[in-house]
Amino acid sequence: MPFTDILFFVFAALALICAGLVILNRNPVTSAMFLVLTIVSLAGLFVLLNAFFLAAIQILVYAGAVMVLFLFVVMLLDLKTEQRQKIKLFGIIGGVISVGAVIAIFLRSLYVTKPGAELAKAEAVGDTVSLGKMLFSSYVLPFEIVSVLLLVAMVGVILLSKKELK
Amino acid sequence: MNVGLEHYLTVSGLLFALGLFGVIVRRNVLVMYMCLELMLNAANLALVAFSRFTNNLNGQVFVFFIITVAAAEVAVGLALIVALYRKKQTAHVEELTTMKL
Repeated sequence: MPFTDILFFVFAALALICAGLVILNRNPVTSAMFLVLTIVSLAGLFVLLNAFFLAAIQILVYAGAVMVLFLFVVMLLDLKTEQRQKIKLFGIIGGVISVGAVIAIFLRSLYVTKPGAELAKAEAVGDTVSLGKMLFSSYVLPFEIVSVLLLVAMVGVILLSKKELK
Repeated sequence: MNVGLEHYLTVSGLLFALGLFGVIVRRNVLVMYMCLELMLNAANLALVAFSRFTNNLNGQVFVFFIITVAAAEVAVGLALIVALYRKKQTAHVEELTTMKL
């Protein structure tokens, strides 16, 4: 078994275990920490898939900016009193049934289609140069629209977090 | 056994299922929001895997846009949660029933 395959299994197991712990933990701060671990191991999987730029962006934007925002809000709201919420039995049954259905459909379709397993030779490497060239040539318009979207989100957040909405 | 596309897709599907399970089971708005992020990340992983195994960078550009939009979405959503908390003093979904008839 090549070294990259071992790395794949390590990162995949880490991502799934930490995702499970995000759900199982009662304390929102611990959940957020495990979400950071999940995101970092997904960045490791991105590196294995030759998506180096996206791995860096994943850590910078998700594990950095987004999770800081999450932790900030969790600590701002002071959710300590809500730690001892009982999980409803009905919710668990419904969740298990619907998630089992999703997994069954997914694995069934994967088994039927059998995607080609051969690893193509890595011609398309997602480094900063090639992705940047694509972003500024064929994807210029979406890129600019996304910048406007970020501005809109910023204005919206400022308006929403004002003391009194008028 | 070589790690192929189906392995990555299986991990992505399981991650998505875990996120869905969290959204259904947990009753805390913030944790539900974190599980939504899990589902977004599962979709990202599937896109990057397809991009790698078809030798096509378009999928990675798409993931770049998804990450950007997700960052904006998280900011707006958390601001909404804070505004809601200020009004209702709770982050528990079963107590947020203003729209119930």
